[in-house]
Amino acid sequence: MTNLLQSRWWSWGFRSAVMLYFVVLIVLPILGIYGQSFSDGWPQLVHNLSDTLAWQAVLLTIKLAVIATLINVLIGTMAGWVLIRYRFPGRQLLNSMVDLPFALPTAVVGLMIMLLLGPRGAVGQWAEEAGISILFHEPAIVVAMVFVTFPFVIRAVQPLLEEMDASEEEAAYTMGASKAKTFFRVLLPAMLPGILSGAMLAFSRALAEFGAVVLVAGNIPGRTLVASVYIFGQIESDNPAGAAAVSVLLLTLSFLILWLVGYVQARRMGR
Amino acid sequence: MRKLWISATYVIFALLLGAPIVRIATGAWADGWSGFASGITRPEAQHALLMTGMIVVIVTVINTLFGVMLALYLVRAPWLGKQLRRVLNSIVDLPFAVSPVIGGLMIVLLLGPDTVIGSLLSRSGIDIVYALPGMVIATLFVTFPLIIREVMPVLQEIGDQQEEAAQMLGAYPWTIFWRVTWPSIQWSVVYGVVLTVARTLGEFGAVLVVSGNILFRTQTATTLVYQDVENFNLTAANAVALVLAAGSVALLLFMEWAKSRRAR
Amino acid sequence: MHVEVRGLNKRFGEFQAVSNVEFTIGKGQLIGLLGPSGGGKTSILRMLAGLESPDSGDILFHGRKVNGLPPQERGIGFVFQNYALFKHMTVAQNIAFGLEVKKWPKAKIKERIAELVELTGLVGFEKRYPHQLSGGQRQRVAFARALAPEPQLLLLDEPFAAIDAKIRHELRSWLREMIDRLGITSIFVTHDQDEAIEVADQIMIINKGRLEQKGTPREIYQDPQTPFVASFIGESTLIEDIGQLRGFADAAALGGTKGLVRPEYVEVGRANEFALLSATETGTVSHIHFRGSEWLVEVKIGDIKLTTYRSLEKPALHPGEEVHVLVHRAYLFNETDSWVTENRLKVDPLPVHI
Repeated sequence: MTNLLQSRWWSWGFRSAVMLYFVVLIVLPILGIYGQSFSDGWPQLVHNLSDTLAWQAVLLTIKLAVIATLINVLIGTMAGWVLIRYRFPGRQLLNSMVDLPFALPTAVVGLMIMLLLGPRGAVGQWAEEAGISILFHEPAIVVAMVFVTFPFVIRAVQPLLEEMDASEEEAAYTMGASKAKTFFRVLLPAMLPGILSGAMLAFSRALAEFGAVVLVAGNIPGRTLVASVYIFGQIESDNPAGAAAVSVLLLTLSFLILWLVGYVQARRMGR
Repeated sequence: MRKLWISATYVIFALLLGAPIVRIATGAWADGWSGFASGITRPEAQHALLMTGMIVVIVTVINTLFGVMLALYLVRAPWLGKQLRRVLNSIVDLPFAVSPVIGGLMIVLLLGPDTVIGSLLSRSGIDIVYALPGMVIATLFVTFPLIIREVMPVLQEIGDQQEEAAQMLGAYPWTIFWRVTWPSIQWSVVYGVVLTVARTLGEFGAVLVVSGNILFRTQTATTLVYQDVENFNLTAANAVALVLAAGSVALLLFMEWAKSRRAR
Repeated sequence: MHVEVRGLNKRFGEFQAVSNVEFTIGKGQLIGLLGPSGGGKTSILRMLAGLESPDSGDILFHGRKVNGLPPQERGIGFVFQNYALFKHMTVAQNIAFGLEVKKWPKAKIKERIAELVELTGLVGFEKRYPHQLSGGQRQRVAFARALAPEPQLLLLDEPFAAIDAKIRHELRSWLREMIDRLGITSIFVTHDQDEAIEVADQIMIINKGRLEQKGTPREIYQDPQTPFVASFIGESTLIEDIGQLRGFADAAALGGTKGLVRPEYVEVGRANEFALLSATETGTVSHIHFRGSEWLVEVKIGDIKLTTYRSLEKPALHPGEEVHVLVHRAYLFNETDSWVTENRLKVDPLPVHI
């Protein structure tokens, strides 16, 4: 912006190229998929969506993602708390391991869970004796979702706990509050924004998960077929319109969540 | 109480994170060294790993260049205007909300053989979908926000006064970038690059849709694992998966190191 | 460097940051840009530096128009408010930056660094990083870095704002001395009038983007040209109806005239302390504050409140006490004009000739 006179054309061309790349790579595909699903008009979109299998896949995904998110809220809050508040041997190692699910390829995750829960694995054998079927049934999908979304809640709660002043907690104790009361009245409200935004990100990721789920779900239409696998199936069977319809539904949901997370964070900053 | 919580955390980490890793490591050795070796050295595995490596290199280079520049523009550029910058800023995150399968579908819908652009390109001999370029584009889409999101907060935090000071001392943009801006953001860029490499290495859904998973042509390491599992060739799948997992763990360690450097 | 500015204007959106500012600065002068925060001082400085471009108006250095010249080529040293030191470079590297960019030979750079480190009293700190220095030291590094390429004009944006009150004083006189020794034309921005009055050769008062007055500290203080300057410099009390005060009745003849009275224009005491009681008002002491070197006295004359100082050597006054108040002079202004008037009654109405 300084030696404008000498390199005006250069820098103008450069900027445009970068911005064009941005728009073409990100905006165009998203517009494309909305365009595709609306191209044949509303009736066709409704028709595509009213396919029973499509509906069942979306509902199943939402149901399982909610369960996985709830599990993650519980264990994530606890793990985040323990990793920040307590000093114990191995803390650093555990803290580094939190990011593992982000680093591991999802297909590898799927394979790992499949081996672990399969009939040859310890858990699988135990479950079989107890008469519960895990692999290729809903529990396996939940496990896969919990695994891939494990870091979200922890990583969202940790900074809040770190910046929280110990004196708030101490003040509550000096006023005679019990440990449980202090936790629910002082600590939990402080962690809540982190738990919420972490949970929403985890939910959004669980909705979208494909790699880890496709290998363990069994993919029986109407029973263990989740939305992303349904979309994949529609693409494979050369029905892009059907795939696009469900995609748009899923995408809109994810965008809403993303917007909500941004909104929650902006409100926190505004305080 | 304290002991209970710590043990509970250990148990969860061991069951959820530790057990699967151990299981895959032992699974790869189920048929001994030869099983692992043949899983890795079979030609389709070699080709798949090569494909993955190529995509990693191309995607990382492109993403680093554009990511750093876009981060600079989104934080600094006065020619963009406040309102527009805010809009662009929220668009950056969109790929995070898009399922990889949908990301792949978008590329197919836009550039596939049935589309206008796709047929035009294929007539001139360039294949996008079911070929390397499409896989690269799909991966670029999925990994787009990683570097930008690491670099932008740092740029915001350091402000532009150091850059203005350099300007007053007679330095032009290129010098300012390398001597003043880059030293402040380098570890964030490294961190973002590591995240990008890890994500690219493991990208599955988008690549599967775009590549068509054609043996010896567009098969990557992750889609090979998928195919091996579908074919009940578990030991071979394990071997490739172990290589990928080892790569991810190495990257994770490197990430921790980069994080500590950045914190300085 | 001789600096001239003509008809300078700058808007940020709806906000008129600088409007129609004109001035000239002679070579070797130290100028203070003084005014309330957000008044446009920094914008003027940044336009001189080339970091911001004016919407209209010309900037001339040595009579040559430099509007189109990028900051890199203006030959200006700039000291930023928070110093903006390169935090990943040592003190020596910070100072060397501008010289390396200008491709000075290595030996000469080394020489210049040694010279500046000596000048700014930073010997022994060359290998330190900015975060290892105190605020005052950082300030001096910023100063040395700006001076290194031998600029002809030095601009300083609130140079002492981020430093504790105690060191600020020391640093001020150090800076004054340094600039005198180098003879470099300098402009600094400040919102602290003590700082401007103490350091600057000339002060420019900037308010709402306008240049209100330019002059020596003494001129600004004693002969303010606008009501804003009169009220901004020093402490003063605004009196809506100046005619109420004894000795200023003439002023009331002109309608709508208001007055500003400074503490040092006012004398307060018991009847025996005044030679000319006829010129005084009677008032009541409402508060007294001990200020270490003097008393700060607040008195009420009718519904007018005035403040003044009183020496500790004189007999102490008490709240509620009836006292005599002499207003020596007042700064008067109405919508069209402004002037300073002496108390008419202070001159003995019946001079006794011996």
